[in-house]
Amino acid sequence: MEWEVVIGLEIHAQLATTSKIFSGAAIRYGAAPNTQACAIDLGYPGTLPVLNEAAVRMAVKFGLAVDAQIAPRSVFARKNYFYPDLPKGYQISQFELPVVSGGHLDIDLEDGGHKRVGITRAHLEEDAGKSLHEDFHGLTGIDLNRAGTPLLEIVSEPDMRSAKEAVAYMKKLHALVRYLEICDGNMQEGSFRCDANVSVRPRGATRLGTRCEIKNLNSFRFVERAINFEVERQIDVLESGGQIVQETRLYDSVKDETRTMRSKEEANDYRYFPDPDLLPLMIEPAFISTVRATLPELPDARRARFVSQYGLPDYDAAVLTTTRELADYYEQLVTQAPADAKLAANWVMGELAARLNEENLDITESRVSTAQLAGMLVRISDQTISGKLAKQVFEVLWTEGGEADAIIDRLGLRQITDTGAIEAMIDQILADNPAQLAQYRSGKDKLFGFFVGQAMKLTAGKANPAQLNELLRRKLDAE
Amino acid sequence: MHSLSVAEMASALTEGQCTSEELAQVFLDRIARFDTQLNSLITVDPERALAQARAADARRRQGGCGPLTGIPIIHKDIFLTQDQRTTCGSRMLERFVPHFDATIVARCAAAGLVTLGKSNMDEFAMGSSNETSYFGPVRNPWDTARVPGGSSGGSAAAVAARLAPLATGSDTGGSIRQPAALCGITGLKPTYGRVSRWGMIAFASSLDQAGVFGRDARDCALLLELMAGFDPRDSTSVDRPVPAYSASLEQSLAGLRVGVPAEFFGAGLEPAVGAAVETALAALKDLGATVHPVHLPNLGLSVPTYYTLAPAEASSNLSRFDGVRYGHRCEQPANLEDLYKRSRAEGFGTEVKRRIMIGTYVLSAGYYDAYYLKAQRCRRLITEDFRRAFETVDVLVGPTAPEVAFRLGEKTDDPVKMYLSDINTIAVNLAGLPGLSLPAGFVDGLPVGMQLIGPHFSEGRLLNVAHQFQRETDWHRQLPPAFA
Amino acid sequence: MSFTIETVRGIAHLARLAVDEPELEAYTQVLSRSLDLLAQINAADTTGITEMAHPLDVAQRLRPDAVTEPDVREACLAQAPAADAGLFLVPKVIE
Repeated sequence: MEWEVVIGLEIHAQLATTSKIFSGAAIRYGAAPNTQACAIDLGYPGTLPVLNEAAVRMAVKFGLAVDAQIAPRSVFARKNYFYPDLPKGYQISQFELPVVSGGHLDIDLEDGGHKRVGITRAHLEEDAGKSLHEDFHGLTGIDLNRAGTPLLEIVSEPDMRSAKEAVAYMKKLHALVRYLEICDGNMQEGSFRCDANVSVRPRGATRLGTRCEIKNLNSFRFVERAINFEVERQIDVLESGGQIVQETRLYDSVKDETRTMRSKEEANDYRYFPDPDLLPLMIEPAFISTVRATLPELPDARRARFVSQYGLPDYDAAVLTTTRELADYYEQLVTQAPADAKLAANWVMGELAARLNEENLDITESRVSTAQLAGMLVRISDQTISGKLAKQVFEVLWTEGGEADAIIDRLGLRQITDTGAIEAMIDQILADNPAQLAQYRSGKDKLFGFFVGQAMKLTAGKANPAQLNELLRRKLDAE
Repeated sequence: MHSLSVAEMASALTEGQCTSEELAQVFLDRIARFDTQLNSLITVDPERALAQARAADARRRQGGCGPLTGIPIIHKDIFLTQDQRTTCGSRMLERFVPHFDATIVARCAAAGLVTLGKSNMDEFAMGSSNETSYFGPVRNPWDTARVPGGSSGGSAAAVAARLAPLATGSDTGGSIRQPAALCGITGLKPTYGRVSRWGMIAFASSLDQAGVFGRDARDCALLLELMAGFDPRDSTSVDRPVPAYSASLEQSLAGLRVGVPAEFFGAGLEPAVGAAVETALAALKDLGATVHPVHLPNLGLSVPTYYTLAPAEASSNLSRFDGVRYGHRCEQPANLEDLYKRSRAEGFGTEVKRRIMIGTYVLSAGYYDAYYLKAQRCRRLITEDFRRAFETVDVLVGPTAPEVAFRLGEKTDDPVKMYLSDINTIAVNLAGLPGLSLPAGFVDGLPVGMQLIGPHFSEGRLLNVAHQFQRETDWHRQLPPAFA
Repeated sequence: MSFTIETVRGIAHLARLAVDEPELEAYTQVLSRSLDLLAQINAADTTGITEMAHPLDVAQRLRPDAVTEPDVREACLAQAPAADAGLFLVPKVIE
């Protein structure tokens, strides 16, 4: 049977506030345990939550960026369950009335097509603390520093049909929240986490199959592998006559498999009800307007502009707008070296990307600044150096730093563009190689390369290739 | 000294007739002498109290004192007190010492009030007789075989026996007004949102409100005006100026429209209590008020509505008591679930567990709509009744409780009977209105309380009516003979 | 009787309360009487009535995004039944 895969993602983006969603405790990753958990975060008796304005602003900003509705009235609810990293015995979240609903995001497919993925809702909630399972005399240690950190849970429609689509959506969303500066997107630190709802059904079926929720997906690679594993597992179960049990599964990246989460075995009854310590969140149109005014140019718009303004192919524009930082780097570079935008794109996507990748660096950590790179591009454009020799310049810029012009001089890479000098050199080469000249003139065209090679050898590669070709051909074909 | 009103004590302090330290000592001596009979206090800290009193005296010498500087007070043990044990009447918090003060405790301290101790209460404020306390029942100073009412029974008994001139309380369904009535003192539950809930251990968050106990309306006014007001730490706190309640006490009652809801005088009412309130109504008429019959047709729904919503909120509010970060933890837990279940079973008393279970049930899948949501709709019906009544009258008047103080143990076997005794007070919490109880007579030597209810933020009017009534009556000046 | 012992057992588990068998029976009886009382709201006609979650019709206030709470770890760990190395300790949690 042919199976169709159905995937929906729930993404938790940690909002980039300075204090927690309901308390004035600090949020700094890596602080000593429990030093950023105040009485409110610890669920002390008598404490009360007060909502952080920045968290609301960021949720609205996200809603506007995905063309969603911003609820004029939304409600915080308590999700009740017992767990040691959940200090109050309930999580403050939004249930029936979320702040954002009904948006969408367009993703690129591998075949070059596009797909619109629906965003069902996005709601504000507080994060839980962390259970540390290292051995404390056979006990588990609880660190509540993360408890109360603001999260935006972004729930997609079950619109994705492959692990690749799911990853494309997740990457797009990741870029978006970073463009919006509402989330640092740091997946190692858990700032951007993903749960995937996966099911399969016979192709053509209209009813959804029973789904499993996979938790703990903290990299794009894991999302893809976990979904692929889970799809295979579900198909195996169904094809051998079994049934899928709706459950929560944990992805184990070491074993590359998903397995049932033991702690979640018991069906939970979360007893959601409106949190009586918080009042309805009323968002006025004026508030929305002030947030709208802070929206940056969004990735898709920027991509389109890169095509129209810089004349880049869509593929280049897409790559260069993957992250806000990369796009910023590129635009700054083009401002400093405006002659050839495509040349700039090639270098950023080629040599620079390769070196960054090799050393596992982010664009913001590039060893070559836009000014340095622009200095080099200008010399390519004005034919001071050839593209080939520019690689040597780049290498020095990357490893030693400095300025392109100085490096070009130091290494003597300046091109020879003096027609007289090139002509004299050609005459000398022809005189030194009469046999080859005779063969060429008797029709062995291939020997043209031989003469070019001789010229480059004599000039250590510095002869301007275009000029050399033209002059050489003229001299060879003269008699 | 102990029988004076707060206003009289304050002028004695101002005129140098006594020091705050001497005043505190008077009450500490009375506590030492009498509280063995009442059990109204869970924690007494004479050293701390005397140090605060000396600080108040020093402040007075420097000329920086307010109207209540140096006046002793008792805080209900539901309010967090920094570095002082706060139990909420529960074994769960028997050894809990918070690192910060409740807002109202901090405001009292900043005004120079002297904390004598922490008063006994029904466990987590769940009770109407003060018999659910882990620290034993409180006894009524008018008859120690009887209950003081609850849940703020310790505060009410202490003020009634003049173990302190003032006390704080909390009122979720009548927990200030009913014990004030049963103990023969004045107690005020303000409008929901008027007083900060920060540092008050939550029972039912949408109903809880902190309030005051005093001998009379003036004392209550003086305390409320420094306790009330906006607190940025409480999202439900209302940002609205606090009137000078003590400055409007002398307003005439001429033209005051008093509504008398027929439903407050229904079948469950003890006739002698009804008669005492009728007499009090006549006194209000003599003061120039007009009396009008009104109806609160949905009042009967208030008991089942309240006993759905309050436990629902409580079941969630009390989940934090899990034996992990503070509070009681069972010995040798076998695993996490065992830790939770035994710590909570041992830490909570029976009535608290009953309410947690009922609350859990009404929120659970399949019952949420039929109970919780339905009760929220009934809550609106009840609230609308009040709104309509206040279109034609200024205050509502009736008996605070349907009967005088009952005997210890009389209702402990049947919680439903106990719940029904809250019939006159809980609707006020559902609607978030201010309510005041004041002494209005005696039946067989036991005090009768009269309840005044006003629209939102009418505390000033209620205190004014109570004060005018107290100018013409002396019920509030009576002392329980055994504690004179 | 409105509650069965099984229902009460389920609720007690949901609420994480250890209740032994004799207690379970007593709770079932008392809670059934309470539930009968609560069921009186069923008689009320609430057609078209919207739920009321709060006594006051006001909106949530927003707090400026600023760090206002100091580190209180030592005071809080001192209240903990079991703590070590800056952590609250519980029996081993299995995921």
